[in-house]
Amino acid sequence: MTFWSGTVAAESILLRFTEGEGTADLDAYLRAGGYQAARTALTTLAPESVIDIVEQSGLRGKGGAGFPTGRKWKFIPKGAPVKYVVVNGDEAEPCTFKDHLLLERAPHLLLEGIIITAYAVGAQRAYVYVRREGYLARERLEQAVAAAEQRGFLGDKIFGTGFSLQVVVHTGAGAYIAGEETALLESLEGRRAMPRARPPFPAVAGLYGKPTVINNVETLCHVPAVIRLGPEAYSALGPPALFSVSGHVRRPGVYELPLGTRMREMIDQAGGLRPGRRFKAAFPGGSSSAILTEAHLDVPMDYEPLQQAGSMLGSASLIVMDDTACIVRTVARGVDFYKEESCGKCTPCREGTVWLSQIFERILGGRGRMEDLDLLAHISGGLKGGTCFCLLGESVPPSLEASLRHFRHEYEHHIRTGRCDVDDAVGAAAGVA
Amino acid sequence: MPLVAEAQERIRALADRYEHRQSALLPALFVAQEAAGYLPSETLAEVARLLELPLSEVTSVASFYRLYFLEPVGRHLILLCTNLACALNGSEAIGRHLEERLGIGFGQTTPDGAFTLRASECLAACALAPMMMVDRERFGPLTPAGVDDVLERHRGR
Ligand SMILES: Cc1cc2nc3c(=O)[nH]c(=O)nc-3n(C[C@H](O)[C@H](O)[C@H](O)COP(=O)(O)O)c2cc1C
Ligand code: SF4
Ligand code: FES
Repeated sequence: MTFWSGTVAAESILLRFTEGEGTADLDAYLRAGGYQAARTALTTLAPESVIDIVEQSGLRGKGGAGFPTGRKWKFIPKGAPVKYVVVNGDEAEPCTFKDHLLLERAPHLLLEGIIITAYAVGAQRAYVYVRREGYLARERLEQAVAAAEQRGFLGDKIFGTGFSLQVVVHTGAGAYIAGEETALLESLEGRRAMPRARPPFPAVAGLYGKPTVINNVETLCHVPAVIRLGPEAYSALGPPALFSVSGHVRRPGVYELPLGTRMREMIDQAGGLRPGRRFKAAFPGGSSSAILTEAHLDVPMDYEPLQQAGSMLGSASLIVMDDTACIVRTVARGVDFYKEESCGKCTPCREGTVWLSQIFERILGGRGRMEDLDLLAHISGGLKGGTCFCLLGESVPPSLEASLRHFRHEYEHHIRTGRCDVDDAVGAAAGVA
Repeated sequence: MPLVAEAQERIRALADRYEHRQSALLPALFVAQEAAGYLPSETLAEVARLLELPLSEVTSVASFYRLYFLEPVGRHLILLCTNLACALNGSEAIGRHLEERLGIGFGQTTPDGAFTLRASECLAACALAPMMMVDRERFGPLTPAGVDDVLERHRGR
Protein backbone atom coordinates (compact mmCIF):
# COMPACT_ATOMS: atom_id res chain seq x y z
CA MET A 1 0.00 0.00 0.00
CA THR A 2 2.65 2.48 -0.95
CA PHE A 3 0.41 4.23 -3.40
CA TRP A 4 0.18 7.71 -2.08
CA SER A 5 3.20 8.98 -0.30
CA GLY A 6 5.90 10.66 -2.33
CA THR A 7 9.65 10.33 -2.02
CA VAL A 8 10.78 10.72 1.56
CA ALA A 9 13.61 13.14 2.20
CA ALA A 10 16.35 12.28 4.67
CA GLU A 11 15.28 14.98 7.11
CA SER A 12 11.61 13.95 6.97
CA ILE A 13 9.80 14.33 10.26
CA LEU A 14 6.40 12.90 9.27
CA LEU A 15 6.56 10.69 6.21
CA ARG A 16 9.46 8.70 7.61
CA PHE A 17 6.85 7.15 9.90
CA THR A 18 4.50 6.31 7.02
CA GLU A 19 6.84 4.94 4.36
CA GLY A 20 6.98 1.24 3.58
CA GLU A 21 4.85 -0.64 6.06
CA GLY A 22 4.45 2.44 8.19
CA THR A 23 4.54 2.42 11.99
CA ALA A 24 1.02 1.34 12.92
CA ASP A 25 2.72 -1.44 14.84
CA LEU A 26 3.89 -0.16 18.21
CA ASP A 27 7.26 -1.90 18.07
CA ALA A 28 7.93 -0.50 14.63
CA TYR A 29 7.15 2.95 15.98
CA LEU A 30 9.45 2.45 18.96
CA ARG A 31 12.25 1.27 16.67
CA ALA A 32 11.83 4.51 14.72
CA GLY A 33 12.42 6.44 17.94
CA GLY A 34 8.77 6.80 18.86
CA TYR A 35 7.47 7.98 22.26
CA GLN A 36 10.88 9.48 23.15
CA ALA A 37 9.61 13.02 22.73
CA ALA A 38 6.57 12.37 24.91
CA ARG A 39 8.79 10.85 27.58
CA THR A 40 11.11 13.85 27.45
CA ALA A 41 8.22 16.29 27.69
CA LEU A 42 6.44 14.56 30.55
CA THR A 43 9.51 13.76 32.62
CA THR A 44 11.73 16.80 32.06
CA LEU A 45 9.59 19.76 30.93
CA ALA A 46 6.95 21.83 32.70
CA PRO A 47 3.65 22.11 30.79
CA GLU A 48 4.26 25.85 30.26
CA SER A 49 7.67 25.12 28.74
CA VAL A 50 6.12 22.70 26.28
CA ILE A 51 3.70 25.40 25.16
CA ASP A 52 6.53 27.93 24.87
CA ILE A 53 8.59 25.55 22.74
CA VAL A 54 5.66 24.89 20.43
CA GLU A 55 4.99 28.61 20.15
CA GLN A 56 8.66 29.36 19.39
CA SER A 57 8.73 26.67 16.71
CA GLY A 58 6.26 28.69 14.65
CA LEU A 59 4.03 25.63 14.17
CA ARG A 60 0.75 26.68 12.57
CA GLY A 61 -2.47 24.71 12.31
CA LYS A 62 -2.72 22.40 9.31
CA GLY A 63 -6.51 22.18 9.20
CA GLY A 64 -6.90 25.21 6.97
CA ALA A 65 -6.79 28.40 9.00
CA GLY A 66 -3.08 28.27 9.88
CA PHE A 67 -3.53 29.59 13.40
CA PRO A 68 -0.33 29.46 15.53
CA THR A 69 -0.64 26.30 17.61
CA GLY A 70 1.25 27.42 20.72
CA ARG A 71 -0.79 30.60 20.91
CA LYS A 72 -4.03 28.60 20.67
CA TRP A 73 -2.93 26.43 23.61
CA LYS A 74 -2.22 29.53 25.67
CA PHE A 75 -5.91 30.50 25.51
CA ILE A 76 -6.80 27.50 27.66
CA PRO A 77 -7.49 28.79 31.18
CA LYS A 78 -4.96 27.33 33.61
CA GLY A 79 -7.13 26.67 36.63
CA ALA A 80 -10.04 24.84 34.96
CA PRO A 81 -10.56 21.39 36.50
CA VAL A 82 -11.78 19.68 33.30
CA LYS A 83 -10.30 20.28 29.85
CA TYR A 84 -10.30 18.38 26.60
CA VAL A 85 -8.16 17.80 23.56
CA VAL A 86 -10.21 17.21 20.43
CA VAL A 87 -8.47 16.04 17.27
CA ASN A 88 -9.97 16.97 13.93
CA GLY A 89 -9.66 13.98 11.60
CA ASP A 90 -12.69 14.83 9.52
CA GLU A 91 -10.58 15.57 6.45
CA ALA A 92 -13.41 16.22 4.04
CA GLU A 93 -11.90 19.29 2.34
CA PRO A 94 -11.83 18.34 -1.33
CA CYS A 95 -8.51 16.84 -2.40
CA THR A 96 -6.93 16.77 1.04
CA PHE A 97 -5.68 13.32 2.02
CA LYS A 98 -2.66 13.76 4.29
CA ASP A 99 -4.46 13.15 7.58
CA HIS A 100 -5.76 9.77 6.52
CA LEU A 101 -2.25 8.75 5.47
CA LEU A 102 -1.03 9.65 8.97
CA LEU A 103 -3.96 7.99 10.73
CA GLU A 104 -3.60 4.77 8.79
CA ARG A 105 0.16 4.42 8.71
CA ALA A 106 1.42 6.35 11.72
CA PRO A 107 -1.34 6.33 14.36
CA HIS A 108 1.22 6.27 17.18
CA LEU A 109 2.76 9.49 15.89
CA LEU A 110 -0.63 11.12 16.40
CA LEU A 111 -1.03 9.52 19.83
CA GLU A 112 2.38 10.81 20.86
CA GLY A 113 1.38 14.28 19.69
CA ILE A 114 -1.86 14.00 21.65
CA ILE A 115 -0.02 12.95 24.84
CA ILE A 116 2.30 15.95 24.65
CA THR A 117 -0.56 18.33 23.85
CA ALA A 118 -2.80 17.03 26.64
CA TYR A 119 0.09 17.29 29.09
CA ALA A 120 0.82 20.85 27.99
CA VAL A 121 -2.75 22.09 28.45
CA GLY A 122 -3.69 19.80 31.35
CA ALA A 123 -6.34 17.64 29.68
CA GLN A 124 -7.06 14.11 30.80
CA ARG A 125 -9.28 13.07 27.99
CA ALA A 126 -8.88 13.36 24.24
CA TYR A 127 -11.34 12.62 21.47
CA VAL A 128 -10.28 11.89 17.93
CA TYR A 129 -13.06 12.58 15.42
CA VAL A 130 -12.59 10.64 12.19
CA ARG A 131 -15.02 10.91 9.29
CA ARG A 132 -17.25 7.87 8.79
CA GLU A 133 -15.54 6.69 5.63
CA GLY A 134 -12.20 6.43 7.48
CA TYR A 135 -12.76 2.80 8.47
CA LEU A 136 -9.14 1.76 8.19
CA ALA A 137 -7.99 4.92 9.96
CA ARG A 138 -10.26 4.25 12.95
CA GLU A 139 -9.34 0.59 13.08
CA ARG A 140 -5.60 1.32 13.12
CA LEU A 141 -6.01 4.12 15.61
CA GLU A 142 -8.09 2.00 17.96
CA GLN A 143 -5.50 -0.77 17.79
CA ALA A 144 -2.81 1.79 18.50
CA VAL A 145 -4.68 3.13 21.53
CA ALA A 146 -5.06 -0.38 22.92
CA ALA A 147 -1.37 -1.16 22.38
CA ALA A 148 -0.24 2.13 23.91
CA GLU A 149 -2.46 1.55 26.94
CA GLN A 150 -0.95 -1.87 27.41
CA ARG A 151 2.59 -0.44 27.49
CA GLY A 152 1.68 2.39 29.82
CA PHE A 153 1.97 5.19 27.22
CA LEU A 154 -1.71 5.96 27.75
CA GLY A 155 -3.93 5.46 30.78
CA ASP A 156 -2.89 6.09 34.35
CA LYS A 157 0.45 7.55 35.44
CA ILE A 158 2.10 7.72 32.03
CA PHE A 159 5.91 7.13 32.12
CA GLY A 160 5.59 6.85 35.89
CA THR A 161 4.54 10.50 36.21
CA GLY A 162 1.33 11.75 37.80
CA PHE A 163 -0.17 12.43 34.36
CA SER A 164 -3.06 10.32 33.08
CA LEU A 165 -4.78 10.38 29.71
CA GLN A 166 -7.57 8.52 28.00
CA VAL A 167 -8.04 8.66 24.22
CA VAL A 168 -11.44 7.93 22.65
CA VAL A 169 -11.84 7.39 18.90
CA HIS A 170 -15.10 8.76 17.53
CA THR A 171 -16.87 8.41 14.19
CA GLY A 172 -18.43 11.05 11.97
CA ALA A 173 -21.49 10.22 9.90
CA GLY A 174 -21.08 11.97 6.57
CA ALA A 175 -21.11 15.78 6.64
CA TYR A 176 -18.32 18.07 5.45
CA ILE A 177 -19.43 20.81 7.81
CA ALA A 178 -18.53 18.56 10.76
CA GLY A 179 -14.91 19.52 10.02
CA GLU A 180 -15.60 23.09 11.12
CA GLU A 181 -14.45 23.09 14.70
CA THR A 182 -17.61 24.21 16.47
CA ALA A 183 -19.80 22.01 14.26
CA LEU A 184 -17.44 19.17 15.13
CA LEU A 185 -18.10 19.75 18.81
CA GLU A 186 -21.85 19.67 18.19
CA SER A 187 -21.41 16.41 16.31
CA LEU A 188 -19.26 14.97 19.07
CA GLU A 189 -22.01 15.84 21.52
CA GLY A 190 -24.41 13.79 19.42
CA ARG A 191 -26.24 16.53 17.58
CA ARG A 192 -26.55 17.87 14.03
CA ALA A 193 -23.23 19.31 12.91
CA MET A 194 -24.13 22.99 12.80
CA PRO A 195 -21.61 25.68 13.68
CA ARG A 196 -21.89 27.45 17.02
CA ALA A 197 -21.61 31.17 17.59
CA ARG A 198 -18.18 32.42 18.68
CA PRO A 199 -17.36 33.76 21.23
CA PRO A 200 -17.19 31.83 23.40
CA PHE A 201 -14.28 30.16 21.65
CA PRO A 202 -13.71 26.43 22.20
CA ALA A 203 -10.60 27.23 24.25
CA VAL A 204 -12.92 28.76 26.85
CA ALA A 205 -16.15 26.80 26.39
CA GLY A 206 -15.80 23.88 23.99
CA LEU A 207 -16.78 20.24 24.41
CA TYR A 208 -19.52 19.95 27.08
CA GLY A 209 -18.90 23.63 27.78
CA LYS A 210 -15.36 22.96 29.02
CA PRO A 211 -12.08 24.48 27.78
CA THR A 212 -11.07 22.54 24.68
CA VAL A 213 -8.08 22.53 22.37
CA ILE A 214 -9.02 21.53 18.83
CA ASN A 215 -6.26 20.68 16.43
CA ASN A 216 -5.92 18.98 13.11
CA VAL A 217 -4.35 15.49 12.88
CA GLU A 218 -1.26 16.68 11.02
CA THR A 219 -0.75 19.61 13.39
CA LEU A 220 -0.42 17.26 16.35
CA CYS A 221 1.83 14.92 14.37
CA HIS A 222 4.36 17.76 14.13
CA VAL A 223 4.53 18.18 17.89
CA PRO A 224 6.85 15.23 18.70
CA ALA A 225 9.41 16.55 16.18
CA VAL A 226 9.17 20.04 17.65
CA ILE A 227 10.04 18.62 21.08
CA ARG A 228 12.69 16.24 19.75
CA LEU A 229 14.51 18.78 17.60
CA GLY A 230 13.82 21.95 19.53
CA PRO A 231 12.10 24.98 18.02
CA GLU A 232 15.09 26.32 16.04
CA ALA A 233 16.12 23.07 14.39
CA TYR A 234 12.49 22.31 13.63
CA SER A 235 11.80 25.58 11.90
CA ALA A 236 15.17 25.42 10.13
CA LEU A 237 13.76 22.42 8.26
CA GLY A 238 11.49 24.76 6.35
CA PRO A 239 9.43 24.26 8.48
CA PRO A 240 8.17 21.11 6.83
CA ALA A 241 4.56 20.52 5.85
CA LEU A 242 2.51 17.87 4.13
CA PHE A 243 1.11 18.76 0.74
CA SER A 244 -1.64 16.70 -0.90
CA VAL A 245 -0.94 16.90 -4.62
CA SER A 246 -3.67 15.67 -6.95
CA GLY A 247 -5.34 16.24 -10.29
CA HIS A 248 -3.37 16.18 -13.51
CA VAL A 249 0.04 15.08 -12.26
CA ARG A 250 1.70 11.78 -12.94
CA ARG A 251 2.39 10.84 -9.33
CA PRO A 252 -0.37 12.26 -7.15
CA GLY A 253 0.34 11.77 -3.48
CA VAL A 254 1.29 13.29 -0.15
CA TYR A 255 4.60 15.13 -0.22
CA GLU A 256 6.58 16.43 2.73
CA LEU A 257 8.27 19.62 1.60
CA PRO A 258 9.41 22.85 3.21
CA LEU A 259 6.80 25.57 3.35
CA GLY A 260 7.66 27.98 0.57
CA THR A 261 8.42 25.33 -2.04
CA ARG A 262 7.37 26.75 -5.39
CA MET A 263 4.31 25.36 -7.11
CA ARG A 264 6.42 24.52 -10.15
CA GLU A 265 8.79 22.39 -8.11
CA MET A 266 5.95 20.68 -6.31
CA ILE A 267 4.44 19.64 -9.62
CA ASP A 268 7.83 18.30 -10.71
CA GLN A 269 8.13 16.30 -7.50
CA ALA A 270 4.74 14.82 -8.23
CA GLY A 271 6.01 13.46 -11.53
CA GLY A 272 5.17 16.50 -13.62
CA LEU A 273 2.32 16.74 -16.07
CA ARG A 274 1.23 13.97 -18.36
CA PRO A 275 3.15 13.76 -21.65
CA GLY A 276 2.21 16.42 -24.15
CA ARG A 277 0.04 18.41 -21.75
CA ARG A 278 0.37 22.01 -20.66
CA PHE A 279 -0.22 23.51 -17.24
CA LYS A 280 -3.42 25.51 -17.10
CA ALA A 281 -4.36 26.32 -13.52
CA ALA A 282 -4.29 25.02 -9.95
CA PHE A 283 -5.98 25.36 -6.61
CA PRO A 284 -3.05 25.76 -4.16
CA GLY A 285 -5.02 25.05 -0.99
CA GLY A 286 -8.08 22.97 -1.68
CA SER A 287 -11.30 23.91 -3.42
CA SER A 288 -11.88 26.95 -1.24
CA SER A 289 -8.63 28.62 -2.34
CA ALA A 290 -8.68 30.89 -5.39
CA ILE A 291 -7.46 29.31 -8.62
CA LEU A 292 -3.98 30.37 -9.72
CA THR A 293 -2.60 30.41 -13.25
CA GLU A 294 0.68 29.89 -15.10
CA ALA A 295 1.75 33.36 -13.99
CA HIS A 296 1.83 32.06 -10.40
CA LEU A 297 3.96 28.95 -10.92
CA ASP A 298 6.84 30.50 -9.01
CA VAL A 299 4.86 31.70 -6.02
CA PRO A 300 6.21 30.05 -2.85
CA MET A 301 3.61 27.74 -1.31
CA ASP A 302 3.48 29.48 2.04
CA TYR A 303 0.87 31.47 3.94
CA GLU A 304 1.83 35.05 3.10
CA PRO A 305 3.05 34.67 -0.50
CA LEU A 306 -0.13 32.84 -1.48
CA GLN A 307 -2.24 35.45 0.20
CA GLN A 308 -0.40 38.13 -1.72
CA ALA A 309 -1.12 36.21 -4.90
CA GLY A 310 -4.82 36.44 -4.03
CA SER A 311 -5.21 32.89 -2.81
CA MET A 312 -4.33 30.91 0.31
CA LEU A 313 -2.47 27.89 1.61
CA GLY A 314 -5.58 26.44 3.28
CA SER A 315 -5.12 22.73 3.82
CA ALA A 316 -2.07 22.70 1.51
CA SER A 317 -3.87 20.70 -1.17
CA LEU A 318 -2.51 21.43 -4.61
CA ILE A 319 -5.02 20.45 -7.30
CA VAL A 320 -3.38 20.65 -10.71
CA MET A 321 -5.24 21.18 -13.97
CA ASP A 322 -3.69 20.79 -17.39
CA ASP A 323 -5.10 22.01 -20.70
CA THR A 324 -7.71 19.24 -20.79
CA ALA A 325 -9.56 20.75 -17.83
CA CYS A 326 -12.64 22.84 -18.44
CA ILE A 327 -12.49 25.62 -15.86
CA VAL A 328 -16.23 26.27 -15.98
CA ARG A 329 -17.05 22.65 -15.23
CA THR A 330 -14.41 22.46 -12.53
CA VAL A 331 -15.67 25.54 -10.73
CA ALA A 332 -19.26 24.36 -11.15
CA ARG A 333 -18.29 21.09 -9.49
CA GLY A 334 -16.78 23.03 -6.61
CA VAL A 335 -19.94 25.13 -6.19
CA ASP A 336 -22.01 21.97 -6.23
CA PHE A 337 -19.96 20.59 -3.40
CA TYR A 338 -20.69 23.58 -1.19
CA LYS A 339 -24.36 23.45 -2.15
CA GLU A 340 -24.55 19.81 -1.10
CA GLU A 341 -22.67 20.41 2.11
CA SER A 342 -24.26 23.66 3.28
CA CYS A 343 -25.77 22.92 6.68
CA GLY A 344 -28.72 25.18 5.92
CA LYS A 345 -28.37 27.39 8.95
CA CYS A 346 -28.03 30.71 7.14
CA THR A 347 -29.69 32.01 4.00
CA PRO A 348 -26.84 33.40 1.84
CA CYS A 349 -25.06 30.05 1.95
CA ARG A 350 -28.13 27.83 1.73
CA GLU A 351 -29.85 29.77 -1.08
CA GLY A 352 -26.86 31.39 -2.76
CA THR A 353 -25.18 28.08 -3.54
CA VAL A 354 -28.42 26.76 -5.07
CA TRP A 355 -28.78 29.81 -7.31
CA LEU A 356 -25.14 29.62 -8.40
CA SER A 357 -25.53 25.98 -9.16
CA GLN A 358 -28.61 26.63 -11.31
CA ILE A 359 -26.78 29.27 -13.31
CA PHE A 360 -23.87 26.91 -13.91
CA GLU A 361 -26.28 24.24 -15.05
CA ARG A 362 -27.74 26.69 -17.52
CA ILE A 363 -24.34 27.73 -18.87
CA LEU A 364 -23.04 24.18 -19.15
CA GLY A 365 -26.30 23.08 -20.73
CA GLY A 366 -25.83 25.62 -23.52
CA ARG A 367 -28.62 27.87 -22.28
CA GLY A 368 -26.46 30.55 -20.69
CA ARG A 369 -26.77 34.30 -21.22
CA MET A 370 -23.98 36.84 -20.99
CA GLU A 371 -25.84 38.52 -18.09
CA ASP A 372 -25.33 35.28 -16.17
CA LEU A 373 -21.71 36.23 -15.62
CA ASP A 374 -22.73 39.37 -13.75
CA LEU A 375 -25.30 37.37 -11.86
CA LEU A 376 -22.64 34.87 -10.78
CA ALA A 377 -20.44 37.72 -9.56
CA HIS A 378 -23.37 39.38 -7.79
CA ILE A 379 -24.48 36.26 -5.89
CA SER A 380 -20.88 35.48 -5.07
CA GLY A 381 -20.53 38.97 -3.60
CA GLY A 382 -23.48 38.22 -1.34
CA LEU A 383 -21.58 35.35 0.25
CA LYS A 384 -18.72 37.59 1.35
CA GLY A 385 -18.05 40.09 4.07
CA GLY A 386 -19.46 38.28 7.04
CA THR A 387 -22.98 37.53 5.76
CA CYS A 388 -22.43 33.82 6.33
CA PHE A 389 -22.44 32.26 9.77
CA CYS A 390 -19.33 30.18 9.11
CA LEU A 391 -16.50 29.94 6.58
CA LEU A 392 -18.20 27.35 4.41
CA GLY A 393 -20.23 30.00 2.63
CA GLU A 394 -17.18 32.20 2.25
CA SER A 395 -15.31 29.34 0.60
CA VAL A 396 -17.38 29.69 -2.56
CA PRO A 397 -16.36 33.14 -3.91
CA PRO A 398 -12.53 32.79 -4.17
CA SER A 399 -12.30 30.18 -6.93
CA LEU A 400 -15.48 31.37 -8.63
CA GLU A 401 -14.29 34.96 -8.83
CA ALA A 402 -10.75 33.98 -9.83
CA SER A 403 -12.18 31.90 -12.66
CA LEU A 404 -14.32 34.80 -13.86
CA ARG A 405 -11.23 36.97 -13.80
CA HIS A 406 -8.67 34.65 -15.39
CA PHE A 407 -10.85 32.44 -17.58
CA ARG A 408 -13.77 34.65 -18.55
CA HIS A 409 -13.24 33.69 -22.18
CA GLU A 410 -14.13 30.08 -21.35
CA TYR A 411 -17.44 31.13 -19.83
CA GLU A 412 -18.12 33.35 -22.84
CA HIS A 413 -17.33 30.55 -25.25
CA HIS A 414 -19.79 28.25 -23.48
CA ILE A 415 -22.46 30.94 -23.57
CA ARG A 416 -21.85 32.03 -27.15
CA THR A 417 -21.53 28.62 -28.76
CA GLY A 418 -23.21 26.28 -26.32
CA ARG A 419 -20.06 24.19 -26.52
CA CYS A 420 -16.98 23.64 -24.42
CA ASP A 421 -13.86 25.11 -26.00
CA VAL A 422 -11.68 22.57 -24.20
CA ASP A 423 -13.68 19.68 -25.58
CA ASP A 424 -13.43 21.25 -28.98
CA ALA A 425 -9.69 21.73 -28.67
CA VAL A 426 -8.58 18.42 -27.19
CA GLY A 427 -11.51 16.12 -27.88
CA ALA A 428 -13.92 14.74 -25.35
CA ALA A 429 -11.87 11.56 -25.01
CA ALA A 430 -8.86 13.27 -23.44
CA GLY A 431 -9.93 12.59 -19.88
CA VAL A 432 -11.87 15.80 -19.33
CA ALA A 433 -14.04 15.96 -16.25
CA MET B 1 -38.24 -6.08 14.36
CA PRO B 2 -36.40 -5.21 17.56
CA LEU B 3 -32.61 -5.05 17.53
CA VAL B 4 -30.78 -8.24 18.43
CA ALA B 5 -29.56 -8.43 22.02
CA GLU B 6 -25.92 -8.04 20.97
CA ALA B 7 -26.62 -4.74 19.23
CA GLN B 8 -28.58 -3.50 22.24
CA GLU B 9 -25.68 -4.42 24.47
CA ARG B 10 -23.19 -2.59 22.26
CA ILE B 11 -25.33 0.52 22.26
CA ARG B 12 -25.57 0.52 26.05
CA ALA B 13 -21.80 0.01 26.29
CA LEU B 14 -21.22 2.95 23.94
CA ALA B 15 -23.12 5.23 26.28
CA ASP B 16 -20.62 4.37 29.01
CA ARG B 17 -17.67 5.49 26.88
CA TYR B 18 -18.73 9.12 26.98
CA GLU B 19 -19.26 11.55 29.78
CA HIS B 20 -22.52 12.58 28.18
CA ARG B 21 -24.87 9.88 26.95
CA GLN B 22 -25.88 11.76 23.81
CA SER B 23 -22.31 11.62 22.51
CA ALA B 24 -22.93 7.93 21.89
CA LEU B 25 -25.72 8.71 19.44
CA LEU B 26 -23.71 8.79 16.20
CA PRO B 27 -21.88 5.51 16.80
CA ALA B 28 -25.03 3.94 18.25
CA LEU B 29 -27.00 4.70 15.11
CA PHE B 30 -24.34 2.88 13.08
CA VAL B 31 -24.56 -0.15 15.35
CA ALA B 32 -28.33 -0.16 14.85
CA GLN B 33 -28.02 0.38 11.12
CA GLU B 34 -25.60 -2.49 10.74
CA ALA B 35 -27.86 -4.79 12.73
CA ALA B 36 -31.13 -3.79 11.05
CA GLY B 37 -29.81 -3.03 7.53
CA TYR B 38 -31.19 0.49 7.67
CA LEU B 39 -32.94 2.80 10.12
CA PRO B 40 -36.70 2.44 9.98
CA SER B 41 -38.66 4.52 12.48
CA GLU B 42 -39.07 1.64 14.93
CA THR B 43 -35.29 1.22 15.06
CA LEU B 44 -34.81 4.93 15.67
CA ALA B 45 -37.32 4.66 18.50
CA GLU B 46 -35.37 1.78 19.97
CA VAL B 47 -32.09 3.70 19.86
CA ALA B 48 -33.85 6.61 21.55
CA ARG B 49 -35.08 4.27 24.29
CA LEU B 50 -31.71 2.63 24.81
CA LEU B 51 -29.90 5.96 25.11
CA GLU B 52 -32.77 7.64 26.97
CA LEU B 53 -32.98 10.44 24.42
CA PRO B 54 -36.03 12.14 22.91
CA LEU B 55 -37.07 10.44 19.68
CA SER B 56 -37.24 13.82 17.96
CA GLU B 57 -33.55 14.36 18.67
CA VAL B 58 -32.59 10.92 17.35
CA THR B 59 -34.65 11.41 14.19
CA SER B 60 -33.28 14.86 13.57
CA VAL B 61 -29.69 13.63 13.86
CA ALA B 62 -30.30 10.55 11.70
CA SER B 63 -31.76 12.69 8.94
CA PHE B 64 -28.92 15.24 8.99
CA TYR B 65 -25.98 13.00 8.12
CA ARG B 66 -25.47 11.39 4.74
CA LEU B 67 -24.46 7.94 5.85
CA TYR B 68 -27.56 7.02 7.80
CA PHE B 69 -30.09 5.21 5.64
CA LEU B 70 -33.71 5.88 6.41
CA GLU B 71 -34.73 3.66 3.48
CA PRO B 72 -33.56 0.12 2.70
CA VAL B 73 -30.25 -0.17 0.80
CA GLY B 74 -28.44 -2.93 -1.06
CA ARG B 75 -26.00 -5.39 0.53
CA HIS B 76 -23.10 -3.36 -0.85
CA LEU B 77 -22.82 0.39 -0.93
CA ILE B 78 -20.86 1.85 -3.81
CA LEU B 79 -19.64 5.41 -3.26
CA LEU B 80 -18.18 6.79 -6.47
CA CYS B 81 -16.18 9.92 -5.76
CA THR B 82 -17.15 12.69 -8.15
CA ASN B 83 -15.17 15.50 -6.55
CA LEU B 84 -12.42 17.51 -8.21
CA ALA B 85 -9.41 15.17 -8.43
CA CYS B 86 -11.60 12.27 -9.46
CA ALA B 87 -13.62 14.40 -11.88
CA LEU B 88 -10.42 15.67 -13.52
CA ASN B 89 -9.36 12.06 -13.96
CA GLY B 90 -12.51 10.76 -15.56
CA SER B 91 -14.99 9.83 -12.84
CA GLU B 92 -17.89 10.86 -15.06
CA ALA B 93 -17.11 8.11 -17.55
CA ILE B 94 -16.68 5.63 -14.72
CA GLY B 95 -20.08 6.72 -13.39
CA ARG B 96 -21.72 6.05 -16.73
CA HIS B 97 -20.05 2.65 -16.86
CA LEU B 98 -21.32 1.79 -13.38
CA GLU B 99 -24.85 2.84 -14.28
CA GLU B 100 -24.76 0.74 -17.40
CA ARG B 101 -23.32 -2.36 -15.74
CA LEU B 102 -25.68 -2.17 -12.78
CA GLY B 103 -28.67 -1.09 -14.83
CA ILE B 104 -29.54 1.61 -12.31
CA GLY B 105 -28.93 5.31 -11.79
CA PHE B 106 -27.23 7.07 -8.91
CA GLY B 107 -29.26 6.90 -5.74
CA GLN B 108 -30.81 3.57 -6.75
CA THR B 109 -30.50 -0.05 -5.70
CA THR B 110 -30.24 -3.03 -8.06
CA PRO B 111 -33.39 -5.20 -8.17
CA ASP B 112 -31.48 -8.18 -6.71
CA GLY B 113 -30.59 -6.04 -3.71
CA ALA B 114 -26.84 -6.50 -4.24
CA PHE B 115 -25.76 -2.87 -4.80
CA THR B 116 -26.76 0.65 -3.95
CA LEU B 117 -24.98 3.23 -6.11
CA ARG B 118 -24.26 6.69 -4.80
CA ALA B 119 -22.14 9.62 -5.91
CA SER B 120 -19.84 10.85 -3.17
CA GLU B 121 -17.87 13.94 -2.32
CA CYS B 122 -14.10 13.61 -1.87
CA LEU B 123 -13.17 10.45 0.04
CA ALA B 124 -9.69 11.61 1.05
CA ALA B 125 -8.00 9.18 -1.32
CA CYS B 126 -7.39 11.49 -4.29
CA ALA B 127 -4.11 9.81 -5.25
CA LEU B 128 -6.29 6.91 -6.42
CA ALA B 129 -8.41 9.12 -8.68
CA PRO B 130 -10.77 8.15 -10.13
CA MET B 131 -11.76 6.06 -7.14
CA MET B 132 -14.69 4.54 -5.34
CA MET B 133 -15.40 2.83 -2.06
CA VAL B 134 -17.35 -0.38 -1.89
CA ASP B 135 -18.45 -0.87 1.70
CA ARG B 136 -15.23 -0.27 3.65
CA GLU B 137 -12.69 -0.71 0.87
CA ARG B 138 -11.15 1.76 -1.60
CA PHE B 139 -10.61 1.00 -5.26
CA GLY B 140 -8.66 3.07 -7.76
CA PRO B 141 -7.40 4.33 -10.11
CA LEU B 142 -10.48 2.86 -11.77
CA THR B 143 -10.82 1.67 -15.35
CA PRO B 144 -14.00 0.16 -16.79
CA ALA B 145 -12.41 -3.29 -16.62
CA GLY B 146 -11.33 -2.69 -13.03
CA VAL B 147 -14.89 -1.71 -12.13
CA ASP B 148 -16.26 -4.91 -13.67
CA ASP B 149 -13.79 -6.89 -11.67
CA VAL B 150 -14.80 -5.28 -8.37
CA LEU B 151 -18.51 -5.73 -9.13
CA GLU B 152 -17.98 -9.38 -9.97
CA ARG B 153 -16.19 -10.00 -6.70
CA HIS B 154 -18.98 -8.43 -4.67
CA ARG B 155 -22.07 -9.60 -6.51
CA GLY B 156 -22.36 -13.01 -4.91
CA ARG B 157 -21.45 -11.82 -1.41
C1 LIG C 1 -16.30 24.33 6.48
C2 LIG C 1 -15.04 23.99 7.20
C3 LIG C 1 -14.55 22.69 7.15
C4 LIG C 1 -13.38 22.36 7.84
N1 LIG C 1 -12.93 21.07 7.75
C5 LIG C 1 -11.81 20.74 8.44
C6 LIG C 1 -11.32 19.40 8.40
O1 LIG C 1 -11.89 18.52 7.75
N2 LIG C 1 -10.21 19.10 9.11
C7 LIG C 1 -9.56 20.04 9.86
O2 LIG C 1 -8.58 19.72 10.50
N3 LIG C 1 -10.00 21.31 9.91
C8 LIG C 1 -11.10 21.68 9.22
N4 LIG C 1 -11.56 22.97 9.30
C9 LIG C 1 -10.82 23.92 10.18
C10 LIG C 1 -11.29 23.79 11.62
O3 LIG C 1 -12.41 24.63 11.81
C11 LIG C 1 -10.21 24.25 12.60
O4 LIG C 1 -9.72 25.48 12.20
C12 LIG C 1 -9.07 23.29 12.73
O5 LIG C 1 -9.52 22.02 13.08
C13 LIG C 1 -8.11 23.77 13.80
O6 LIG C 1 -6.99 22.95 13.87
P1 LIG C 1 -5.54 23.48 13.50
O7 LIG C 1 -5.35 24.79 14.21
O8 LIG C 1 -4.63 22.43 13.99
O9 LIG C 1 -5.51 23.65 12.03
C14 LIG C 1 -12.72 23.33 8.61
C15 LIG C 1 -13.21 24.63 8.64
C16 LIG C 1 -14.35 24.96 7.95
C17 LIG C 1 -14.85 26.37 8.01
S1 SF4 D 1 -22.30 29.39 6.06
FE1 SF4 D 1 -23.36 27.56 5.26
S2 SF4 D 1 -22.45 25.85 6.38
FE2 SF4 D 1 -21.92 27.73 7.52
S3 SF4 D 1 -23.54 27.96 9.03
FE3 SF4 D 1 -24.23 29.08 7.22
S4 SF4 D 1 -25.47 27.57 6.06
FE4 SF4 D 1 -24.25 26.43 7.55
S1 FES E 1 -11.49 13.85 -5.18
FE1 FES E 1 -11.96 11.76 -5.27
S2 FES E 1 -11.05 10.98 -3.47
FE2 FES E 1 -10.64 13.11 -3.36
